[in-house]
Amino acid sequence: MKKTPFNELHKALGGKMIEFCGWEMPVEYAGIIPEHMAVRTQAGLFDVSHMGEVLVTGKDALAFVQWLTPNDASKLVPGQVQYTALMTPESTFVDDILVYCMGPEEYFLVVNAANDDKDFAWIAGHARGFDVEVEHQSDAYSQLALQGPLAETVLQPLADIDLAALKTFNWARGRVLGKEALVSRTGYTGEDGFEIYTRDPDPGGIWKALIETGKPLGLQPIGLGARDTLRLEAKLMLYGNDISDKTTVLEADLKWIVKLQKGDFLGKPAIEKQLAEGLTRKLVGFEMAGPGIARPHYPVFVGGERFGEVASGTFSPLLKRAIGLVYLPIEATTAGAEFEIEIRGKRAAARVVPTPFYKRAKR
Amino acid sequence: MYPNDLRYSKDHEWVKVEGGEAVVGITDFAQHQLGDIIFVELPPVGKELELKQSLGVVESVKSVSDIYAPVSGVVAAVNESLGQAADLLNKDPHGQGWIARIKIKDAKDLDGLLSAADYEKFLEGLERS
Repeated sequence: MKKTPFNELHKALGGKMIEFCGWEMPVEYAGIIPEHMAVRTQAGLFDVSHMGEVLVTGKDALAFVQWLTPNDASKLVPGQVQYTALMTPESTFVDDILVYCMGPEEYFLVVNAANDDKDFAWIAGHARGFDVEVEHQSDAYSQLALQGPLAETVLQPLADIDLAALKTFNWARGRVLGKEALVSRTGYTGEDGFEIYTRDPDPGGIWKALIETGKPLGLQPIGLGARDTLRLEAKLMLYGNDISDKTTVLEADLKWIVKLQKGDFLGKPAIEKQLAEGLTRKLVGFEMAGPGIARPHYPVFVGGERFGEVASGTFSPLLKRAIGLVYLPIEATTAGAEFEIEIRGKRAAARVVPTPFYKRAKR
Repeated sequence: MYPNDLRYSKDHEWVKVEGGEAVVGITDFAQHQLGDIIFVELPPVGKELELKQSLGVVESVKSVSDIYAPVSGVVAAVNESLGQAADLLNKDPHGQGWIARIKIKDAKDLDGLLSAADYEKFLEGLERS
């Protein structure tokens, strides 16, 4: 199992360690519910060093990123970040990714741990004909996420970047605790917060300093368990659950990342075809009508007929209800529509609800 | 840590014998492993349970686990307060977090359970492995 540079620090804090995508990662420390609530109300610190990084440079860097992704990377100026996807010709997902515009000929792609090697192979494998260099940098970077309403208050004294001036989905280079870092105002929780990338060989001090600075303010270390409940409340996609190479970008209700006007890109003809023909299914949010929690892969029934399975499902620590995401037949996706989920052999009522389940108040 | 008047299964249930009935719950070790417990599915009163048959389900935020009957018999009562406060299993697993009372069918089942000292030794073995 691979270990991040923060491995021993997690164990020292009582982190319960599990294997995740080949990494030994903390799943929880104090417990999913207190960790979740700390991020919603104060702040939480995550080790997300398992995430992957790919650097694309060269004269055709922008044209290459434009070909690989449905969103319009030409809208980015250096210092900006964009949520987008790597798509197959069928407009299904190779992965969902963040694109950091570093310069006119330099784009930094952040990919999911589960897809790290696959994505690099995909990107490198499509580079022919483009004047670009593709470099797999996952091993060089460690990454921390500091999330929650107090994230800026915790990070500012340790960073030489003016965080108040750093807007959402923007990044800046600077020093955190004297160590070179790239800091972006991004995250996977639905809260304000930052992601901190560093190539420093000994980044443990950053973790320790953030924990110490944040502790009096209620900051807690956060494991993968609460990372999942937080992202689901905010309806942020989890590759493998909500999106995959079997689901299209339109079915996933991510039309907002598709910019057809920008020119040709991988998957565009499939998107146009699906737009013309109409969708047969779509990803929607649901909540359980009664007790019981729907988990991923539980069987789904619409009008008594089997229709796939639950994509994501958990107990929402904030709403104190069982919530989830599911692909339903398009005619059954209006808010309030009822369907059933089989929980341990018994069918239980669920209903479609508007998403996201949680949206933070604007700063 | 583990009360001497309870007996324990290797599946991490505890049993307290009161007259001909066994009060059943999950151990402190089990609740720690599960994390924040939010829902308990209880068996219907009157249900007949074989030894090791699932008598209910405990759901935490991250997982679902069966609770196995540590003795055979008929469900005489269930802890209705868990419907509103499943976290009693976290807060007081060996007391207020009891799950069900089973009318013991065969007292021999109790011989298969561990004393507090033996259960603690069993846990030490788990942590070492």
